[in-house]
Amino acid sequence: MTDSRGTPVIRTDGLTKIYATGRTEVRALDGVDLTIEQGEMLAIMGASGSGKSTLMNIIGCLDYPTGGTYHLDGIRVDELGKNQLADIRNERIGFVFQGFNLLARTTAIDNVELPLLYDRTGRKLDTPRLAAEALERVGLGDRVDHEPSELSGGEQQRVAIARALVTQPSILLADEPTGNLDSRTSVDVLSLFQQLNDHGITILLVTHEPDISRCAKRIVELRDGRVIRDAPVLNRRNAAADLRDIDAARAREERDKEQLESVG
Amino acid sequence: MKATVLTKVAGQSIAKNKMRTLLTMLGIIIGVGAVIVMVAIGQGAQSQIREQIENLGTNMIVITPGTSSQGGVSHGAGSFNRLTVDDSDKLKREGLTISAVSPVVTTFTQAIGGQGNWRTLVNGVSTDYQFIRDWPIESGSFFDETDLRTMRKVAVIGKTVADNLFPGEDPVGQQIQLRNVPFQIIGLLSEKGQTAEGSDQDDTILAPHTTVQTRLSGRSFIRQILASTFSPEEIPAAQDEIASIMRESHELAEWEEDDFTIRNQTDLADTAQSTTQVMTLLLAAIAGISLLVGGIGIMNIMLVSVTERTREIGIRLAIGARGSDVLTQFLVESTVLSAVGGAIGIAVGFGGARLLGHFTGWNTAISPAIVVIALAFSATVGIFFGFYPARQAAALNPIEALRYE
Repeated sequence: MTDSRGTPVIRTDGLTKIYATGRTEVRALDGVDLTIEQGEMLAIMGASGSGKSTLMNIIGCLDYPTGGTYHLDGIRVDELGKNQLADIRNERIGFVFQGFNLLARTTAIDNVELPLLYDRTGRKLDTPRLAAEALERVGLGDRVDHEPSELSGGEQQRVAIARALVTQPSILLADEPTGNLDSRTSVDVLSLFQQLNDHGITILLVTHEPDISRCAKRIVELRDGRVIRDAPVLNRRNAAADLRDIDAARAREERDKEQLESVG
Repeated sequence: MKATVLTKVAGQSIAKNKMRTLLTMLGIIIGVGAVIVMVAIGQGAQSQIREQIENLGTNMIVITPGTSSQGGVSHGAGSFNRLTVDDSDKLKREGLTISAVSPVVTTFTQAIGGQGNWRTLVNGVSTDYQFIRDWPIESGSFFDETDLRTMRKVAVIGKTVADNLFPGEDPVGQQIQLRNVPFQIIGLLSEKGQTAEGSDQDDTILAPHTTVQTRLSGRSFIRQILASTFSPEEIPAAQDEIASIMRESHELAEWEEDDFTIRNQTDLADTAQSTTQVMTLLLAAIAGISLLVGGIGIMNIMLVSVTERTREIGIRLAIGARGSDVLTQFLVESTVLSAVGGAIGIAVGFGGARLLGHFTGWNTAISPAIVVIALAFSATVGIFFGFYPARQAAALNPIEALRYE
């Protein structure tokens, strides 16, 4: 990676996506200008239909815009061919989905290794070691040989995060990453994101929950395909601290219950 | 993707669905197995027929009477029989390429002696007959030139005749009556089995042709003359030589057609071979259809598999697989399925042919060529029928594939 002080990770100018369905046309994105610098943790918010999924798909190089330009690491990607986009996804983007999207009946390490198998740069040779390191990083060093069905939801999402990290991407795209998790596990996963961001990884979160977006450093809100708010988070939430509070509260509850039982 | 990685990915997804893998391969296993067994039966029949024809005698040439016609009406083969013992003697005397010659005088009669009576074919032949037919004596001896010259009433009998008239005892030295003429049995022929057409060669009595002509048939014309050459290569030359000697013997003018027919073993063999070749082809074609059905089975399963694994394909595309990576993965999967199925099918085919041969007594022969062809064909079936599902998979839109439930 070259010195990217001046090059933003992501820069979109007048990004537009129009779906033409018969006579009516739907403007899913209507001139979005967005710049994400390296090391940022950004949350994109919006109700359903606001265009946040479309923006996510275009930023993730899964879809093409119908207008405007999109630069990733200074490379103009909206004009690339399908195969080049696939290579960009492989090398520069890490996806984390709401539904984890791990391969069933495949061990954690094989799941994490998967993106490396499609690597065309030839730089990533020792794939099992890289995969094991990525799992170590998300705190699953002791779960490498477990299949998804043997892991909890939080653990599965950690495997997915490890899979997103293993190629050392420029940006981590997380689409409602806590949507399928209970509240404690959600906070746990969010604290992992914050921890990764502290180590310099650029993260883009897509969510509709204000609680979650407050973990980011900056919030961009969309409505009808336009940016209606773009502001830094003033009272940023510390997920790790919240997790400690939750655990402490639970421990207290347990203790009270035990005392109650022993008294009774 | 590297080849080793590809095979690993394909191997993983095949191993993950063992039951489905087995059932898919079953079609190919049966198809390839059937092809191997069918072709083995066909080729076995061919080699059996070849053996039987060689069994007729070595380098044998058969001279039979030609046809005659009067006023445009053909009288059919043998209608104008002018083959004589003189022809046979002349061939023996003058033929340079001919190693042995024997006239054959034939008559059907009831043989009486020993335990009862038996209707059989009596062949009047010369001493050369046993060399031409390559037919050794099991016990006793063949008659000699003196027997022939003095028209002695001696006979050499075939195994079937011996079994029917003298069951369980040695017929040599016994007497049989043919048309009230007593013959002494001086030899027993070894067993020769059936001809390609299925008639029993051992159901026969051989006697000097001189005796048969004078005592039994009373005819001077003979049914056929058998001759043999020193080596198979000489057969065409010998046929030409026989033709010219025969024309001279029959005093045929330049413009007259041959009044005899000369055939050799190869002619007989060719006819029989072509019949069995047609049969082999037919069997292979029927078995080939089952291989085709197996291929369609693979396509069916792969199509289902693509739908079932839409999400997996979406994941792979999202993390950077190209369409061609997905296409190759599915192609390799279907090819591995059919190639492994083909290999198992070959083993099944070998076993099946062996078993069939064991229980039916049919000859079976498996040539290496058919094994290679079957394996190549089954791999081709995998690629051909795997291509359409693989293309479907590669053409999926990653966004929709990821959303697929």
